[in-house]
Parts: sequence; structure tokens; C-alpha cells
Amino acid sequence: MQILKYLLIKEFKQIFRNKSILPVIFVSPMMQLLILPLAADYEIKNINLAIIAEQSSTESRRLVEKIQSSGYFKVVSNQHSIDVAQKLMEDDKADLILILPYDFETELTQQKAVSVSVLVNAINGVKAGVGNIYLNRILMDYSTTLRELNLATTPSLQSNIEVRDSYWYNPFLVYSHFMVPGILVLLVTMIGAYLTALNIVKEKELGTIEQINVSPIKKYQFILGKLIPFWLIGQFVFTVGLFVVAEGVYGVIPLGNVGLLYFFLSIYLLAVLGLGLLISTYTQTQQQAMSLAFFFLMIFILLGGLFTAIESMPTWARTIAQFNPISYFIEVMRMVVMKGSTFKDLMPHFGIMTLFAIVINSWAMWNYRKQN
Amino acid sequence: MRNEIVIKTQNLSKHFGSFAAVDQISFEVYKGEIFGFLGANGAGKTTAMRMLCGLSLPTSGQASIAGFDIYRQTESIKKHIGYMSQKFSLYEDLTVIENIRFFGGIYGLAPEVIKSKTESLVERLGMSQVKMQLVKSLPLGWKQKLAFSVAILHQPQIVFLDEPTGGVDPITRRQFWDLIYQAADEGITVFVTTHYMDEAEYCHRVSMMVDGQIKALDTPAQLKKIYNEDSMDEVFYRLARGAKRQAD
Repeated sequence: MQILKYLLIKEFKQIFRNKSILPVIFVSPMMQLLILPLAADYEIKNINLAIIAEQSSTESRRLVEKIQSSGYFKVVSNQHSIDVAQKLMEDDKADLILILPYDFETELTQQKAVSVSVLVNAINGVKAGVGNIYLNRILMDYSTTLRELNLATTPSLQSNIEVRDSYWYNPFLVYSHFMVPGILVLLVTMIGAYLTALNIVKEKELGTIEQINVSPIKKYQFILGKLIPFWLIGQFVFTVGLFVVAEGVYGVIPLGNVGLLYFFLSIYLLAVLGLGLLISTYTQTQQQAMSLAFFFLMIFILLGGLFTAIESMPTWARTIAQFNPISYFIEVMRMVVMKGSTFKDLMPHFGIMTLFAIVINSWAMWNYRKQN
Repeated sequence: MRNEIVIKTQNLSKHFGSFAAVDQISFEVYKGEIFGFLGANGAGKTTAMRMLCGLSLPTSGQASIAGFDIYRQTESIKKHIGYMSQKFSLYEDLTVIENIRFFGGIYGLAPEVIKSKTESLVERLGMSQVKMQLVKSLPLGWKQKLAFSVAILHQPQIVFLDEPTGGVDPITRRQFWDLIYQAADEGITVFVTTHYMDEAEYCHRVSMMVDGQIKALDTPAQLKKIYNEDSMDEVFYRLARGAKRQAD
């Protein structure tokens, strides 16, 4: 116990004395959490739309007006011929081209079916997909209004199916509500894994670890001396992120029990710090540790379910995601914060995370040698 | 004083693949002795020393340190030895006092003992003015003296010094050796590797390692007599010249 006390005192002194690491621990995650959710927004605006109205008419102008007033589109050209629009798309200045046929108005007034074409620039897949959906909605909406108008004048037996969406747990589809808790998970993960790995490898580089290894310090004491400080720092960063940034700035108020989040965080941090420890046992320099940590974290983050839904990934990627601690915490965050899930709902997550923590740390302990 | 054996090795070897870094060395070191462990770069000194400290597991052979077996009782050995590596081993971002307190603490010294030892140590090293300064701000010679004093803070039976005086001037080296003599007078056995042959002259006995084997072991005076040379320098040349290994 006494030895652990001396190890912890030393570790905290070193951490708080390191002027280059302190901002990395305390300032940068908060700044990232403040800024990133604003950028990591799936709502797409400023979609460049080129319109080709082969013949200008009242109806076509009405449709263009409707598209413009939606706020999502920027009409970059509105011409009769396809040449200009095509050139724009080739130059990547147009994301979508909407073609209204020559007889658009005539056909409409005669209540025939009109087909309009949408050409999509799919280089930026997300923008193209979302833009196409938006445009389709506007066209549908337009045709519904038109139909209702016509029904009033000339009633017919046309039936009309309308889809009304209702989003549960996040009724207004506020992106920050699921981005902010998710990004917080990523930040806590990166800080925990990187700091632990780099800290231990730094002692290898400086040679001070030799001095520890010839001393009677036990393996577990050394490891606890390293893990406890970063475990506490992880808790601190999470707390500030959750209450100051998520709640204070973005108004994300957890629906469920915050204590449950901390319970999960406590186990999660053990797993993540264990990962850092494991990396440090396989590397000799900070550069190696950085690269290895980067490799794993990159995969974990991209397959963590924050930026793309795990359910829509191919089977092999879903399998990897099952071994990805980040994906579990992101899910727990969302379930507790947005849905108000209880411990009973999260039992599998707790079980798996505990298993992760045990396996990773045992592996690291086994591979950490005082002797070679 | 010269009859109690504190280090004893028998055919101790360490192989890395087919390469025998240390090849069947056998020797004894007595209590309170200053034992010089000489050899050219790459002769296997550091590897041998790391085995004796319990940092590296031998491939074959026997050794006991302070009466403890090198295979089975490494943790007991660690309580009774001090170690100062050629890679400087204090924490540069801790102050003089914090380093002393930390290393005292991890060797299980009581807080009162640490406190009194810290005071007398700082006094003796003449570091009262800089005791609250970070170690990285000290000159190399001071760091080395401090590192040595910290290595023997817990009164070990043996202290292992791996090229402890690299890179400092002769005066500072002389002062360092004063500390070594003091430690030896207190009954601490000093096991030291060095490249400085004047330092070899300060040792009670020296061994010469060539290509992983001990080629000579005696007092400096006796070695000079045997090889009929005037200085340890010449003795070293005579022995090391036959080395097949390239220095690294």
C-alpha cells in the first residue's frame, strides 16, 4: 500500500508538471467536444442544384421557387439546355441536375403523369444521397398539393397514401443529441489509451523503467500506479464533457440514470487503459506506441457506430464491431441519454465490457515483464 | 572482511539465439569489496550485470546474489541490491528531494527514515541549494552522484554500477569515487563496470571480460605483474586485442 502511495504521488506530480500534456488532457477534448458536433452534422445544406426547364412556365417556376424556399438547395443555374448544367456537374459545381421536360405544364394541367429526371453527382455519396431524398420529398410534396388542388376542382376516385414520419426518442432529429455523447466517448477513449501507452513507453525510453524493474515493486503495484491516475483523469474529462459541454452548451440532458453511465464508464476505462497498457508492453518507443494505438483507435472509431450504423455494415465489419469496446459504450450512452434505459436493459453491455476489461488487462499483465 | 562471499557465479551464460553474449563466467565477489568488471564494448558486461540484478534470465549456469538464487529468488535479490544504469536513471521531472523520497518509498523505508536520510544526504552532497530544483536542471556530475546515493539509500548489500561516470571530467569522477569508497567502508559491496583504466586502479580486484568470457581476474597490482605492464591501460590492451567481436 505504501509503495502504491509513493507511485501515485510521483505519477500525479509528473502529469501536472508536464506543460505540454496538460492541455492535451484537459483543454483539447473540451474544445473538440464544443466544435466537432457542429461540424459532424448529417443535415446537408447548400446542395448545388442545376435546373433544366426545357420550357419556362408558371408551374415550372412555382416548383423552382418551392425548391429554393426549402433552404437546402442553391440553384446554380436555371437554363433551357442541358449543356450548361452538364458542364457544371463536370466541374463539380453542381451536385444534382433536375430536368423538367418540355411539356411539363401542359401534361400537368391535363393531369397526366409527368416524369422529371434527377441526375445525381455521386462523388460525395452522402451529399448526393441526402440531396436526392430532399429533392424527392419536395417533388412529392409539390405533386400532393397539386393533386389536392385538382381534387377540389375535379373530384375523382384517386386514392392518396401519405407517409407521416414520427421519430421516437429524438423527435426533432437533433443531431447533437446523439453526436455529442458519442464524441465524448471517443475523446475519453483516445485520452485514456494514448496517455497510458505513451506514459509507460516514455519510461522505457528514458530508462527509468529499469530502475523500477530492479526494485522490489511488484508488477501489479506498478500497473496500478499507472492506471489509477489516468482512470481518474478519464472520469474527470467525462464529467466536464457531460455536464458542462453536453448539458450546458448543447442542452443534452440524460433521460436515464447518470450513475449508470458512471458505472459503465468505470469498467470501460479499465478496458481502455488496459489497451494502452497492452500496447506499451509490445512497443519500445513512443513513436511505435503512437502508431500502434492509432491503428487500433482508427478502426475502433470508424467501426464504433457513431458515424455509420453498425447494422448496415457488412457481416465481417459487424463481427469486428462486436470486439470493439467503443461500440458498446456509444450504444450505452445513447440508450441511457436518449431512451432512459435501465440497468436491466444494459446487462449484456455490462457483462461484455467487464469481460473486455479482464481479458485485456490480464493479457497486458502477462506480457509486462520485469525480466527478459 | 574478505571471506564472506556476496556474489557467486558458476558457468553463468546468456545466449541470444546461437550467440553467447556471456559465455560460462565463474567468479566470486566478497563483502565490502570494490569489484571492477572490465571489458571492451560488446564483451558482455552489461548483459552479465543485468543477469546478476535479476533483469535478465540466464540461459544456463548458477549464481547467487546476497545468498539468493538468481532463478528462483529474484524478488528477494531486488530488496538487497542497488542499481545505477549507464542510461541515467533518476526522474528528471522530479526535484532532488522528490527523487530521494520516491526511491526511499518504493524500497519500503519508513517516512521518518526517508525524512532524516533526505536531509543528511542533501547535506553531504552539498545540494542544499538545489534540493527543490528539478533534476534535469543539474549538471551531469551532480546527477550521477545523486543517482548513486539514491541507489544505496536503502542500505543494500551490493550496488551495481554500469559505467556510472561516463561523460564527466576527471575531478567529478574522483569525487564520485570518494562516494564509492565511503559506501564500501559502510560494508556495501560495489560491483562496477567502467572504461576508464584509472578507475580500474581504484578497484580492489578487477576482472577482464573478452568475447563473453572472463580472461583475467585479480588485483590491479597483481595483473600488472602477471602481464608485466606498467599500467592497467596496457593490461587492457593486451587482453582486449585478442577479441574477435566487433565493438558496437
